[in-house]
Amino acid sequence: MSAASLAHARHVLSGNPVTALAFGLFALLAGTAILGPALVPFDPIAAAGPALQPPSARHPFGTDAIGRDVFSRVIAAARLDLGMAFAAVAIVFACGTLAGAAAGLFGGWTDRIVGRLADTIMAFPLFVLAMGIVAALGNTVTNIVIATAVVNFPLYVRIARTEASTRRGAGYVEAARLSGYGEAHILFREILPNLLPIMMVQVSLTLGYAILNCAGLSFIGLGVRPPAPEWGIMVAEGASAIISGEWWIALFPGLALMIAVFTFNLLGDGLRDIVDPRRRT
Amino acid sequence: MTIDRRLVLKGTAAAGAAALAAPPFRPAAAQSRRETLLMVSENPPNSTDIHGVGANRPAYEASWNLYDRLLTFGVKKDSNGNDHYDYETLLPELAEEWDLRPMSVTFKLRRDARFQDGTPVTAADVKWSFDRAVSVGGFPTFQMGAGSLEKREQFVVVDDHTFRVDFLRRDKLTMPDLGVPVPVIINAGLARRNATEQDPWAMTWLRSNPAGSGAYRLERWVPGQEMVFARNDAWTQGPRPGLARVIWRIVPQSGNRRALLERGDADLGFDLPPKDFQELRASRRLKVISTPVENALQYIGMNCERGPFTNVKLRQAVAFAVPYQRIMEQALFGQAIPMFGGPAQPETAAWPQPSPFTTDLARARALVAEAGFPNGLDTTLSFDLGLATVNEPISLALAENLAAIGIRVTINKVPGANWRNELLKKEMPLITNTFGGWLNYPDYFFYWAYHGQNAVFNSMSYRNPQMDALIDRSRFAEDRAEYEAAVKGFVAIAWADVPRIPLFQPNLNVAMQQSIQGYRYWFHRQLDYRTLSKTA
Amino acid sequence: MMLAVIAGRLAAALPTLAGVVVVTFLLTRALPGDPAAYFAGPAATREAVEQIRAQLGLDRSLGVQFLGYLRELARGDLGLSITTGQPVLSDIVARLPASAELTLLALLFAALAGISLGALAALRPNGWLDNLCRVIATLGVCLPAFFTGLLLIYVFYYLLGWAPAPLGRLDAFAAPPPHVTGFFLIDSLLAGDGETFRSALAQILLPALSLGIFAVAPIARITRGSMLAVMSSDFIRAARAHGLSARTVVIAYALRNALLPVVTTLGMVFSFLLGANVLIEKVFAWPGIGSYAVEALIASDYAPVQGFVMTMGFLYVLLNLAIDLLYRVIDPRMEVTG
Repeated sequence: MSAASLAHARHVLSGNPVTALAFGLFALLAGTAILGPALVPFDPIAAAGPALQPPSARHPFGTDAIGRDVFSRVIAAARLDLGMAFAAVAIVFACGTLAGAAAGLFGGWTDRIVGRLADTIMAFPLFVLAMGIVAALGNTVTNIVIATAVVNFPLYVRIARTEASTRRGAGYVEAARLSGYGEAHILFREILPNLLPIMMVQVSLTLGYAILNCAGLSFIGLGVRPPAPEWGIMVAEGASAIISGEWWIALFPGLALMIAVFTFNLLGDGLRDIVDPRRRT
Repeated sequence: MTIDRRLVLKGTAAAGAAALAAPPFRPAAAQSRRETLLMVSENPPNSTDIHGVGANRPAYEASWNLYDRLLTFGVKKDSNGNDHYDYETLLPELAEEWDLRPMSVTFKLRRDARFQDGTPVTAADVKWSFDRAVSVGGFPTFQMGAGSLEKREQFVVVDDHTFRVDFLRRDKLTMPDLGVPVPVIINAGLARRNATEQDPWAMTWLRSNPAGSGAYRLERWVPGQEMVFARNDAWTQGPRPGLARVIWRIVPQSGNRRALLERGDADLGFDLPPKDFQELRASRRLKVISTPVENALQYIGMNCERGPFTNVKLRQAVAFAVPYQRIMEQALFGQAIPMFGGPAQPETAAWPQPSPFTTDLARARALVAEAGFPNGLDTTLSFDLGLATVNEPISLALAENLAAIGIRVTINKVPGANWRNELLKKEMPLITNTFGGWLNYPDYFFYWAYHGQNAVFNSMSYRNPQMDALIDRSRFAEDRAEYEAAVKGFVAIAWADVPRIPLFQPNLNVAMQQSIQGYRYWFHRQLDYRTLSKTA
Repeated sequence: MMLAVIAGRLAAALPTLAGVVVVTFLLTRALPGDPAAYFAGPAATREAVEQIRAQLGLDRSLGVQFLGYLRELARGDLGLSITTGQPVLSDIVARLPASAELTLLALLFAALAGISLGALAALRPNGWLDNLCRVIATLGVCLPAFFTGLLLIYVFYYLLGWAPAPLGRLDAFAAPPPHVTGFFLIDSLLAGDGETFRSALAQILLPALSLGIFAVAPIARITRGSMLAVMSSDFIRAARAHGLSARTVVIAYALRNALLPVVTTLGMVFSFLLGANVLIEKVFAWPGIGSYAVEALIASDYAPVQGFVMTMGFLYVLLNLAIDLLYRVIDPRMEVTG
C-alpha cells in the first residue's frame, strides 16, 4: 500500500474507534492462532485435573467432562478454527473471484455456465448443503473446508461478476485492448487487481460465517473428530451441561466464537470504509 | 377495497383481543392430568408393528403396550426393592393355561379375550401372527428362531381356543421366547381385510394401524413428534391399568429433557446422560431408578481375523492397558457395575461376571513387546456415534492409555445407521460396543457373541472349536452340574483368548416424578404402561 | 402482462431446478450408510443384506437408479422415510407449516428490530447511536444460532420460568386447532380458540426470537444505507422546506421510500433463515422440515434428505419470483426483466 493509502487508513481509523478495535482484536486472534498452542499451560487433548471443575486460578476456564483444561483448549482451538476458515475463504476467494470476473468480462457462454452453477448452489439452503457435502464426503477437516468454500461460491461470483461487467467498457480496458493485449491479460492485469479491495471486504465477512458454519456442523455431529479442540464442538459438548450448572464448558468457547466472528464482521465494515467510502452502509 | 397494512394490523389486533378475552383454563383438566403420564425421549417410534421392516427400539415399546402375547413374565423385587420382571416365572396373558410336554406345548386361550375392535381372540389369529413372525424375515424371524420357533408347521390350531406349538428340538428357551415382544397376537381378520396380493401380511397397513388386544389403544400418532395412548377399558388380561392416557413426546435435546423433568413439566424420561442421572438422584426432587441391564456388557472388541489383534498377546496387552476405573468415573459417573478385577478363573456360572484384568501398564508394555511390536503400532478405534455420550469418553480415555504403551489410535466416529453395516463387514480392528441378550442365559449370550457360527454380534470374528463345543453342550445340557461346568469352561476360554474385554454391565436409568408408582424393569428395556399409576 | 412475467421467470428457473434434482440425487447417493443393511435387520447375514439390496434396486448402476428416481418424482413419490415410517411427501407436507410459521415470525421480529435500528442509526450518521446500533446488530449475527437458543431456554425457562417448556409447537396437553393453513397462530384465531392461540404464541416466541436475532444485522445495515441515501434526496429536502415535522418526514416519507431495497434483502434473509432454522428446530424440538432433514441425515435415511432439499429448491425459486413481483407492485418504475 502506498503512503497515501496508509495515511487514508490512519485517518479512517482515528475517526472510527470501532474499526480500530476490530483491527486490534484481529491482531490478537491471529497471534493466538499462530503462537497459542506453544503457550498453553496444559495439553489440550489430555486430562489435566479432576473433571468438571469451575474456573479457578489453576484452571481459569475450568475443566470439562473428561478433565481437560478448557482454557488450553479454547486457545488451541483458535488455530484450527481460524485455519479452516482462512483455508475455505482462500479457496472460494480464488475460484469465485476468477470465475465471476471471467463471467463478467467475457459474457456469453462463460457467463451462462458460471451463472447456472452459482444459481444451482444458491437454490439450496446453504447450511443444509454444507451438511450434505460433509455427510457425503466424510467429516474431515478437508471436507469441511471444501463444503464451506462451495457454499460461499455464489456470493463471490456475483460480486466479482457485477464489478467486472461494470468495468468491461471502462477506458483503461479499452486502451489495453487497443494496445493489443489479449483478454486473458486484461482479466488478470486490469480487472482483477481492481476487484481486490472490494473482495477483501467480502473475505472478512465470510471468515466470520465460515467459523459459525463449522460450529453448526459440529453441533450436529458433522464437525471435526475428537479429541481435536474446536470451538463448535466444545459448545455442543457443553450445551447439555448448562442445565446442570456447569456453564463454563460452553460459555468460554461460545465467547471465543463470538469475539472471532464479531471481529471479522467489524473488520469487514472497516475495510469497506477504507477501500470505498461511498459504499458505506 | 385494498388490503393494506392498516387493515391487516387492525384485523389482527381485533382478533387477538377477542381471543384473549376467552375463558381461561378449565378445572376438569386438572383431574385428567392425574391420570395422564407425559413421557419424553429422544428417538421416536417408526412403527407400531414389531414385525415391520426396520422397526426401531421405540417401536418395540409401542408394540408391547398395544398388543398382547400368549404369556408374560412374573415380577420380583430386585436388590434395591424395585419391581423387576422375573424371567423364571411365566404367567398367563392371552393364554390362561398351558400343558407343557417334552416335544410340544398346548395353550388354552382366554374365552373372554377381545381385540380392540370387539372381535374375539381365537387360535386362528395366534397362528396367523406366529406364521407372520417366522415368515417376514429380519429381526422378528431371527428372534423367534432363538427359541427354536422356525417353521409354520410348528403352529397348530386345535380348535377356536386351543393352540399347540410343536418343538423341533428340546430348547429351554422356547417358552420364554413366547413372552418376548416379538410374538404378538394380531387380529388376523382385520389385518387380512387390509392386506393385498403384493402385501399378504398387511405390512403397510399394520405399520400405523395397530390391530391388537392390548391394554392401550393408539389415540393419536404424529410421526416423529408424539404418540398418544388411551386405556382400553375392555382389557381383561390383567389388572386394570392406573393411567387413562400416556403421552409420549419427542424432545431431541437431552438438556431440555432434563429441564422439563426438573420443573415438573414432564413425568418420566429414560435417555439422559449418566451425569444427569447422578445429579438428579442427589437432588432428591425426582425418583431415579437404576437397574443393571441383564445379560449385557459394554466391551472393547478386537478383530481376531485380520489386523494386528489376531495376536493374542497383543489383545492381552490391551486388556491390561484399559483405564477401567477412570472409565467408570468419567464415562459412567459410577452408574454401572464394574466387570474387571475378578478372580483369575471363573468361580460361578453367573453372567456377566468380572474379568481377571486390571489396569497394569507395565505388564501391558511387556506384552506388546512379547507380541513382536517393539516400536508399537498404529490402528483405529471405532464406535457408534449414536451412543457417543458413553462411547466417546471411553474411547478418549482408552486412546490415552494405549498411546502410553505404544499403540497409537485414531478415533473413528461411525454415524448410527452406518454402525450396523460396519459391524457386519467385520473389518474394524478395534471397537467399543455394547451387547445384551433378551433371554437371560450365559449360553444365549455366548452363542451370539463368541460362537464360531460368526453371527453379526460376534463382532470380532472369533472362532475357536473348543469354545463352540462348550457353548453347544451348555445350550442343551439337561443336568445342572453339567451346565455349570460347561459355562465356567467357556468363560475361562473367554478370559484366556480375550477377543472382547468386558468393561462394565450398564445400568438402565429412569427418572420420574415422585408421584409415579409401579415402574417395572423389563428385559426389553422399554416402558410398560400397564403397571404405572400416579398418586396425587 | 403479469402472467407473461411469471411464465418467463418460471422458464428461466427450469435449468436451476434441473440442477437441484441432479445435485440432490448425487449427494444422497454419496451419503454413507447402507439402507439395505438397515432394512435387513440387526441380525442379518451378509447374504441377507445383499438380497435386500437387490430388492431395493440399489445394486443397479447410477444411471438406472437416476431414471428410477425421476420416474418416482414424476409420480410425486418421494420415497419412504426409515425413521418415521411414513411417505416422505406426507411428512414434508405435515411439517412444512411449522417451519414456515417459525421463519415468518422470526422474519417479522428481525424486520421490526432491523428497520428500527437502521432508521435510528441513519438519523445521526457516525454518532454514538449509529455505532451502538451497528454493534448491537452485529452481535446478533456472531453467536451460533443454537447457542443463542440454548441460552434463552436456560435463562427464560429454567431460571425465570417465564417461557413455557420447549416441547414443540403446543403444550403437551393442548390439541392442535382444526387445520386450515397449518399455521397454529392463524388457525386458532380462525377457530376462535383463545387458549390454543396463547399456548401456540407462548411456544413460538423463544425460537422465533433466537432465529430472528440472527437476521437483524443485514436488515439494519441495508435500512441504514437506504435511509441515508433517501434522506439526502431532493424530495425530502423539499418536504422539510415546506415545514413538515421531522417525525412526519422520517416515517411517512423517508422510511417508506427507503424500504424498497429492504424488500429484496428480506428475500435473501428468508432463505438464509431457512438454513439456520435447522439448528433452532433441533434445540426447541420444533417439528419442522429442518429437524426432519437433520435427523434423517444423521440416520443415513436419505429419502427425507432428498425430499427436503428438493422442496427447498422449489420454494426458493417461487420465493424469488414472489419478491420480484412484489417489488414491481411497490415500485412500478422497476422494469422486471423476464
